[in-house]
Amino acid sequence: MGATRVVVLGAGIIGAACARELALAGLAVTVVERGAPAAATTAHGEGNVLVSDKGPGPELDLALLSRRLWPGVLDAVAAHLPEAAAAVEWEPKGGIVVATTAGGARELERFAAAQREAGVTAEPLDAAALAAAEPHLTRDFALAVHYPGDAQVQPAGTATALLADALRAGAVLRAGCEVLGADTAGGRITAVRTSTGTIGADAVVNAAGPWSGETARRLGAPVDVRPRRGEVLVTAPMPPTVFHKVYDADYVGAVGSGAGDLQASAVVESTRAGTILLGSSRRRVGFDERIRPGVLSVIAGKALRLFPSLAGATVMRAYGGFRPYVPDHLPVIGPDPRLDGLWHATGHEGAGIGLSAGTARLLADLMLGRDPAMDPAPFRADRPAVLSEGESR
Amino acid sequence: MTRHVVIVGAGPAGLAAAASALRAGARVTLLDTAERPGGQYHRMLPDAYRAERNGRLHHGWARFDRLRRHVLGHPRCAWWPESAVWSLERSDPGDPAPPLVHVLRGPADGAGRDRLVLRPDALVLAPGAHDRVLPFPGWDLPGVYTAGAAQALAKGERVVVGDRVVIGGAGPFLLPVAASLIEAGSAVLAVLEANPARTVARGWGRRPWELAPQAGKAGELAEYAALLARHRVPYRTGRAVVEARGDGRVEEVVTARLRADWSVLPGTERVVAVDAACVSHGFSPQLELPAAAGCALRDTASGPFTEVDGDQLTSVPGVYAAGEITGIAGAPAARAEGLLAGWLAAGGAPAAPELRPLRRARDRARAFAGRLAAAHPIGAGWPGWLRADTVVCRCEETDFGTLCRAADDRAGGAARAVKLGTRAGLGPCQARICGPTVAELLRRRAAGAPGRPAEGLAPATPHHRPIAQPIRLGELARPPRDPHEKENTP
Ligand SMILES: Cc1cc2nc3c(=O)[nH]c(=O)nc-3n(C[C@H](O)[C@H](O)[C@H](O)COP(=O)(O)OP(=O)(O)OC[C@H]3O[C@@H](n4cnc5c(N)ncnc54)[C@H](O)[C@@H]3O)c2cc1C
Ligand SMILES: Cc1cc2nc3c(=O)[nH]c(=O)nc-3n(C[C@H](O)[C@H](O)[C@H](O)COP(=O)(O)OP(=O)(O)OC[C@H]3O[C@@H](n4cnc5c(N)ncnc54)[C@H](O)[C@@H]3O)c2cc1C
Repeated sequence: MGATRVVVLGAGIIGAACARELALAGLAVTVVERGAPAAATTAHGEGNVLVSDKGPGPELDLALLSRRLWPGVLDAVAAHLPEAAAAVEWEPKGGIVVATTAGGARELERFAAAQREAGVTAEPLDAAALAAAEPHLTRDFALAVHYPGDAQVQPAGTATALLADALRAGAVLRAGCEVLGADTAGGRITAVRTSTGTIGADAVVNAAGPWSGETARRLGAPVDVRPRRGEVLVTAPMPPTVFHKVYDADYVGAVGSGAGDLQASAVVESTRAGTILLGSSRRRVGFDERIRPGVLSVIAGKALRLFPSLAGATVMRAYGGFRPYVPDHLPVIGPDPRLDGLWHATGHEGAGIGLSAGTARLLADLMLGRDPAMDPAPFRADRPAVLSEGESR
Repeated sequence: MTRHVVIVGAGPAGLAAAASALRAGARVTLLDTAERPGGQYHRMLPDAYRAERNGRLHHGWARFDRLRRHVLGHPRCAWWPESAVWSLERSDPGDPAPPLVHVLRGPADGAGRDRLVLRPDALVLAPGAHDRVLPFPGWDLPGVYTAGAAQALAKGERVVVGDRVVIGGAGPFLLPVAASLIEAGSAVLAVLEANPARTVARGWGRRPWELAPQAGKAGELAEYAALLARHRVPYRTGRAVVEARGDGRVEEVVTARLRADWSVLPGTERVVAVDAACVSHGFSPQLELPAAAGCALRDTASGPFTEVDGDQLTSVPGVYAAGEITGIAGAPAARAEGLLAGWLAAGGAPAAPELRPLRRARDRARAFAGRLAAAHPIGAGWPGWLRADTVVCRCEETDFGTLCRAADDRAGGAARAVKLGTRAGLGPCQARICGPTVAELLRRRAAGAPGRPAEGLAPATPHHRPIAQPIRLGELARPPRDPHEKENTP
């Protein structure tokens, strides 16, 4: 008998990370991707690997697990594929969260105190320390907190590196291959039907990002994963101006919230190429991919509140993607309660890049019957938010 | 109510569109990033340089001048110079209104341009094309110009790019460039058409200037040919500039005979001492505005163009396209398309008798565009000119070897991952120069099928630039002004 055959659906960062863990564990992995690898949500977001934006709870635990795992994962990739690992552009540069109002400062102070309880390093910065750390940042702030644990990657490069390592470990990639349905026998999935043929499977991992709901529906076990639009601005290359990941404390509210049509909070970071990324908006508009000047304008305004001196910086590009989210804002990691052999690894919303390392480890632990690296219960697929029929987007 | 037609681009196509939209009774806003109308063709001299011989380098100057005065002076026309359309905002699905037009007004290098938004009843896109240049070793050296830039310098500012110049590439456009340089005082050592005489002849018939009278170019090309002969400038087919060399700037070029597919015939290389080289391998249409408006593109052997019907209407209601974004056929063709587009965008009767000759002229122009493309194709063998260290994306300095390695990576060889990994096309020009080149290199190397476009994913084309013109963060942060609402307030 051969190794267990796992089909991973989707070659975004989540599918790539899962394929890697499973292939390294000796399973026979096939990655099925309808387009090209690392070209969907993973190529349309930012690369923040954050612990700072999460309050105590399961998502923070997953973020902390991921943050612990990243250096080892990247070292392991680098051991065989140094060029791929270099393309990850890992930068443990740390984050600075800034509150510009008194109310925001009180909120941030409470938030940081709770995070410290949960094991996050969060150090308040006084005016002098802040000016030294970020000389171009507004002096007009109420509170600033430094999070040395925050890091940054180039997301498409990271997904590509993880996938390359999976392929090196024996995984097979089928790109340009769309999942259409499943063959089942006795309540168990036995194969995946695709646009280029049927692939036999002992297990299937749904890692189709914002299309996970639709993909699961095709397999006969719908889950409620919805798209949440986000846009990012990119400046022309500039001399070094921004040294950490800097964001305003509104971010904290926007991540957790499910309400409101347009939310935006400034997330400002420079990339190795010298460009500055200015994110990001959060809107629920289905898969409407129009770039709206009004939304870009709000992002620009928020970024300028943090870095007034960027007013003259040239924006040369804008792009947007769809964060895959579940109405209760937690990822789904674990077996499907209705269809044996189907697993989900999706719904990471605005944090899938950072959370991919922990997600893949946890999923592999569960699939292989190992002791899980953390409590998987909060992410289980049989919770009401995941299985509720709900509105479709 | 009078229809409001917004026309983007005041080149031959846009200016003609404005004239005929005005004739049909519309209110027109004509805008261009340039200070003056005329586009690529009638590049106007800055006032300070305006010589009495202004018309000399320009064909049909008097006619253009009349048209310009008529349009700009018309009471129903608002002329917005130095106005960049930076975004087109599509209406909601099912809403037949054309996109909102977001404009930045004021000198591009001035502080704080005005941000405006226009809500047209119909939109005419006429943003033209820019010349396409294929890479070769040394093409990034100072002293190597795109032929268009060299001509613009000669025509617009009377600056010569060099004393000893070789002009190379493909297409009849090399001739007017040579003429401009000669007129401006350069010694043009040779004009090299990469396609062999056989290909050119098959496309055109034996002599291009004899076979192109339909598009009104006969006299023009014959004049250029005579000028070259008078100055003893050789025009060679089947030869190209395949390398430029020099210490800090171009000092010599290597030319070589090419096979029909543009691969180099070994042993035919020749070194020519120059102080400048001008190259052009055809034109790339400026497709970011049609792409942003959601217009369908039409794939051709020479790349994508905007799809239009017999009325110059694109696939998007209320959005018309004219000029080089629909096909490359020269200024007269652009004018014919503009006249049709402007009239119909303004709500003019499609059956109006005066449209008949225009439609005929447009159809002839399209046929001409077809011949042009057939006579001067880009051969498939040009990547053979490249070396591993040849820069392909000049903004980000991505070289050919890096691109090949990225493209061959099974896990990351697709367009989007290669772009993000190598940064090719991500620099300030936003892939306007290298986009088609990179796309072509990837298409050839990548084994993986990219699959069909997915809901919610912007297509991975080099023309997807939702920010069509750079905008400063401070300008973007300010809310836009609707100029017409303002007019109505006391
Ligand atoms: C603006 C923005 C900013 C963001 N910033 C950050 C950040 O700073 N840090 C962070 O950690 N996260 C961030 N994110 C979130 C992050 O990008 C996502 O959580 C993550 O990319 C999701 O990865 P994925 O693999 O689940 O989805 P995807 O990358 O979308 O991958 C899913 C894949 O499945 C494929 N697929 C879908 N349906 C099928 C089918 N039927 N058959 C075959 N294949 C299929 C798709 O083609 C796709 O390639 C941001 C997102 C956005 C939009
Ligand atoms: C250097 C050069 C020399 C040529 N010589 C000849 C010749 O001798 N004979 C001949 O027949 N043809 C010649 N051609 C071709 C000829 O110029 C074109 O056929 C003609 O100009 C096309 O007209 P158009 O209106 O489509 O575009 P263009 O003339 O290119 O005009 C487009 C206008 O749109 C404006 N624009 C673009 N984007 C925006 C935006 N986002 N916002 C605002 N404005 C915008 C540009 O500034 C430009 O002025 C030449 C072309 C070039 C480049």
